[in-house]
Amino acid sequence: MARDLVLSFETSCDETSVAVIENGNRILSNIVATQIKSHQRFGGVVPEVASRHHIEQITSCIGDALRGANVTYDELTSVAVTYGPGLVGALLIGVTAAKAVAWAHHLPLVPVNHLAGHIYAARLVEPIEFPAMALVVSGGHTELVYMPEENQFQIIGETRDDAAGEAYDKIGRVLGINYPAGKPVDELAHKGQDTFHFPRAMDADDNFDFSFSGLKSAFINTVHHADQIGEKLSHEDLAASFQQAVVDVLADKTKRALKEFPVKQLILAGGVAANQGLRDRLTKEIAGFSDTKLELVPLSLCGDNAAMIGAAGEMLYRHGVRGDATLNADPGLEFEWLVDEAK
Amino acid sequence: MKILAINTSNQPLSVAVLDNDCLLAQTTLTTHRKHAEFLMLVIEDLVQKADLKPTDLDRVVVADGPGSYTGIRMATTAAKTIASTLGIELVTVSSLLNLALNIQEKDTLINPIFDGRNQNMFTGLYRVKDGEMQNVIADQHTNLTKWLEAVSHYDQQIIILGDTDPFEAPMREALHSRLAVANPYLGIPSATLLGQYGLDKSPVSSIDAVVPRYLRLTKAEADWKKLHPNEDTHDYVEKV
Ligand SMILES: [Zn+2]
Repeated sequence: MARDLVLSFETSCDETSVAVIENGNRILSNIVATQIKSHQRFGGVVPEVASRHHIEQITSCIGDALRGANVTYDELTSVAVTYGPGLVGALLIGVTAAKAVAWAHHLPLVPVNHLAGHIYAARLVEPIEFPAMALVVSGGHTELVYMPEENQFQIIGETRDDAAGEAYDKIGRVLGINYPAGKPVDELAHKGQDTFHFPRAMDADDNFDFSFSGLKSAFINTVHHADQIGEKLSHEDLAASFQQAVVDVLADKTKRALKEFPVKQLILAGGVAANQGLRDRLTKEIAGFSDTKLELVPLSLCGDNAAMIGAAGEMLYRHGVRGDATLNADPGLEFEWLVDEAK
Repeated sequence: MKILAINTSNQPLSVAVLDNDCLLAQTTLTTHRKHAEFLMLVIEDLVQKADLKPTDLDRVVVADGPGSYTGIRMATTAAKTIASTLGIELVTVSSLLNLALNIQEKDTLINPIFDGRNQNMFTGLYRVKDGEMQNVIADQHTNLTKWLEAVSHYDQQIIILGDTDPFEAPMREALHSRLAVANPYLGIPSATLLGQYGLDKSPVSSIDAVVPRYLRLTKAEADWKKLHPNEDTHDYVEKV
């Protein structure tokens, strides 16, 4: 059987990435040019700077991806690209490059939702079994996505304010940790105890939504108050208390979702899915769901990368999803909400 | 030589397909700014109407700035990706020069202008000499006062074109009868002239290294540079 080969593009934020994926589940190459060092100068991603870096990198990443996969254009089946959500100027570099390649080589173009990519990264390890649930946690997103079948994505809950990763970056700044703060705060948390008992917002509410801005404010107020009275607080305990609150809320809502929507797989995806505290907690909690398997996206594929876009792209291609020369970036792209037919 | 020429530096979008000096097809739109939706569509359409396949192309010529940051990125991304993926040549040309090509008068200084708001401008000074468009004052991001000082050293006629509205009155006050204002339609770039100009220019040696001519740092980078004047800015992006 002929190989299905997707050339995939991801440029939604601060990583320029191009990959070649075989049959939707095997990584032949996955080139990631990260801009983190550049944006660290500014304490966070500056959109115009991100766009400028993407255009510096894009064609060299394409060349590296093809060479790394030892594949020629003639062998490709399709071109897949993230078209949203993300930074519009950043997305446009990948979308334009993907359209140019697709046109130049007569290849079908497949537009991919960035979050579908994060979820389908799981496929690069093991086939996804449906129905499935995904907890997607990243710098820009925190949501629970129910997937009754392949290529169906229904939001059942999401953050009402900050994304979890955003909250990590903001409290990281208060602790003197530069963006991206997720990993250092996670490491710090493992050395401390939950002594501050920050609020678990919306934890008791009868829905699957999240909120992290109250937690972030409580954290910042605690630190500022201590500064004012000249008290020194343990950064380890602060990080541990913050992380415990985040993990509690994410785990509790996920448990509730799994009870209402029994699934074969729970996929933990997105940049914050690399958080060890969250991985450990969900591993423990999933034991209470004997019919559900936990899929932890490998650490190397939690961050933004084009391999995950290729994994989702192959699936979308099979379902007939196509883009044309007019494909535009959609910075606010979202999955649909689950429509509760009982109501 | 089959040439694809692209300019989306500002609101107009202009794309042309040429066979050497001979125009096969051109589209120029000024009605919108949706370059993201229209650029590849127009390229696809024109190459097809010129009875060519993408693989028939030999060279891409792009107006790579200055201009709207998004606009010059669209054209440059499309141009460098097409050239790179097809393994063909890429020639980059200043967007201001592309506009200057609309004026073919000898003994006149040609002054294309893109509005940079608040009396700021992207501009440069050109003239036709020996049948060739020559740059007299380098393209730059500057303000009206400084620009007037720079051009006041010349005593030939200066013809302005492009975003002339905000600058015409103060420039006339300084240059009097030496100032001429081009017909507004000459302020729209022609990809045909761009392609023709790029025909005998040398292609870039590294397509991967091509970036738009922004002529201006982002505010974040400018502020950073003030605080860190000696910082090496070259290895900020790394492949991991
Ligand atoms: Zn992401």
